Amino acid sequence: MRGNARAWAAAAVLLAVLPWIPGLQSDSARSLLTQMGIAGVFALSYNLLLGQTGLLSFGHAVYFGLGGYASIHFLRAINHGLPIPTPFVPVAGALAGLAFGIVFGALTTRRGGTVFALITLGLGEWVHASSLMLPSFFGGEEGVTASRTRAPHFLGLDFGSQLQVYYVTAFWLLVSAALMYAFMRTPVGRLANAVRDNPERVEFIGYNPQRIRFIMFSVSAAFAGLAGGLHAINYEIVAAEALSATRSGAVLLMVYIGGVHHFIGAILGAVAITWLQVSLSDYTTAWLLYLGLLFMGIVAFVPGGLAGLAMMHLSVLRTQAMAAIARSYLVALPFFVIASLGAVTLIEIAYRRATQPEAGALMRLFWIPMDTAKPWPWLGAAVLAVVGAAALTRAWPRVAAAWAQAGEELHGQRA
Amino acid sequence: LKEIVAFSLLNGAVYGLLLFMLSSGLTLIFSLMGVLNFAHASVFMLGAYFSWQISRWVGFWPALVLAPLACGFIGAGIERWGLRRVHARGHVAEILYTFGLAYVIGELVIMAWGRNPIENHVPAAIDFAAFRLFGTSYPFYKVLMMGISVAMFAFLYLAFKRTRLGLVIQAALTHPQMVSALGHDVPRLFVLVFAIGSALAGLAGVIGGFALLTEPNMAANLGPIVFVVVVVGGLGSIPGAFLASMLIGLLQTFAVALDYSWLDLFRVMNIHVAPDSIWREVWAVKLSQAAPILPYVLLVLMLIVRPRGFLGTRET
Repeated sequence: MRGNARAWAAAAVLLAVLPWIPGLQSDSARSLLTQMGIAGVFALSYNLLLGQTGLLSFGHAVYFGLGGYASIHFLRAINHGLPIPTPFVPVAGALAGLAFGIVFGALTTRRGGTVFALITLGLGEWVHASSLMLPSFFGGEEGVTASRTRAPHFLGLDFGSQLQVYYVTAFWLLVSAALMYAFMRTPVGRLANAVRDNPERVEFIGYNPQRIRFIMFSVSAAFAGLAGGLHAINYEIVAAEALSATRSGAVLLMVYIGGVHHFIGAILGAVAITWLQVSLSDYTTAWLLYLGLLFMGIVAFVPGGLAGLAMMHLSVLRTQAMAAIARSYLVALPFFVIASLGAVTLIEIAYRRATQPEAGALMRLFWIPMDTAKPWPWLGAAVLAVVGAAALTRAWPRVAAAWAQAGEELHGQRA
Repeated sequence: LKEIVAFSLLNGAVYGLLLFMLSSGLTLIFSLMGVLNFAHASVFMLGAYFSWQISRWVGFWPALVLAPLACGFIGAGIERWGLRRVHARGHVAEILYTFGLAYVIGELVIMAWGRNPIENHVPAAIDFAAFRLFGTSYPFYKVLMMGISVAMFAFLYLAFKRTRLGLVIQAALTHPQMVSALGHDVPRLFVLVFAIGSALAGLAGVIGGFALLTEPNMAANLGPIVFVVVVVGGLGSIPGAFLASMLIGLLQTFAVALDYSWLDLFRVMNIHVAPDSIWREVWAVKLSQAAPILPYVLLVLMLIVRPRGFLGTRET
């Protein structure tokens, strides 16, 4: 318990000093941090479903978006004289998320598994399409706007600067993370884990899995709504995009890539994917393709996600096999880099030709100018990709052997 | 009015049959492997793009055969080198894998053919009037679409009920271990079924491509509706998928033609809605505007009233 308290205190300190670290002091960097925080709350709420209860939802953005709309209307009411300071707006989002979570959850959580996934997908499409039909509440494609500064000051803050918005987000991130962490340690949270692992057995010992799914779903929707409220404060606008299938898909990718088996996984995923969305999209228009490939790779090869990968390495850090693992990585890494370089070059050239034909055939990639009208760049990249991949498959047994050795060693210690 | 009803019936049937072509492949794959293939609509989109590309090279009729064939091979590849690896981790991992694949195929399509819709017009070979109805001519390609879908339904039905392979596949649905013990290669059956399902999606793409807009978003637009069809018809039931496809096709087509809202109904029933009521906007939505959400309304109603769908046999 003391270790836990220390970890939470460290997290709080980290969140407090983060915007002052050199390189993160600009408004754009702080805006990125804010977006990561919002995504973090949203991803943690999604992990309550997927990671903790085993419910795969394709429509979680519904609660994010409806929470966002509730918050932006609440903020408008504040603009018109309601005497409540801006930082409390996400509470309105959380309440809206909870309310819709209860209503829709009663419908969707009657089933688990595949049917649940499909109903959430259908419900998500329904809500998104309906939102475009009712412009006076949802504002159509343009969305609804409000001002976060035209509100009573709070502790002398007016929330005009990105830094202040960041601190509001960081505060709510910490609070909701702590609440969700604590919630998973209540009997309901434990039962949710049991429902994920073996619903028949839960039913056998006298609990109703459907009811537990419903409770988890409502709580998760409430936190998603809170994230939507933070979104409303940060952008001062909420549009139909906030409840779209794209956003539902994005949160699924975040949580799965981050790792569903660890609490920290959702945060890792939120940070990584938000960073990819914001910075990678500056460099390449093909970033969604890379994201999709990364996701497929994680599903196929690394079911634990980034967090699982990190934990795996932490556990072998003290073993003697660590040296062998590190050496095998050193052998495999150059081939991996070569293969990726070739593949990325191919993708970039093809993308450029298809989506920006007006930009011409000459382009510069990795500081190398090339003429994509000639076959040489294509051929060179293809050779790099194929040779690199072939060498990587040859080098891989060495990595696998090193890991097997580590596994043996750990097993021996335990026995 | 007769004219509207007749044309809505025809167009609804065309749309419904198109949905059926998509959902039958999905149902086939689901019932054999328990996998909900999120990339199914993406394969459909590939079919549309392939047919356009092949038509430009060798003409429409060869494309009608070659594009589905290509999609079938892609489907086989997805199963053999992708899903089989994920299979051991359970259904959630499989769904997620195909979900990621849908992203990747969408981006690859952009990479190959660009972001804008391609000009996938009806080929000249089939672009003529089939017959005249109420003074308006009805295009031949829609008749062809209907013909192909009906032929496909008949083919699937006969292939499953009457051929040896169909019987083996049917047996593998329920008793994979037994079928395997009798000496049939069940994993190979999986590849085969995945290939057939994908080829059907590709075929739907060829003839659906010029009826809909061929663009990188077409998979994302049609995919959810196909899932609705599969659930409403009953997971795993091909006749159910047929019923649900026709129902949704007709429902959406008729809704587009009807310009009524709740307010009109209230007026007939003498219920007065205050002009400043906040619900007024909800009641004022016209049925024609609401057409896109009707399948989802149907889905939710179905799950409340009859969770297994029209002809489904199991509840999961």
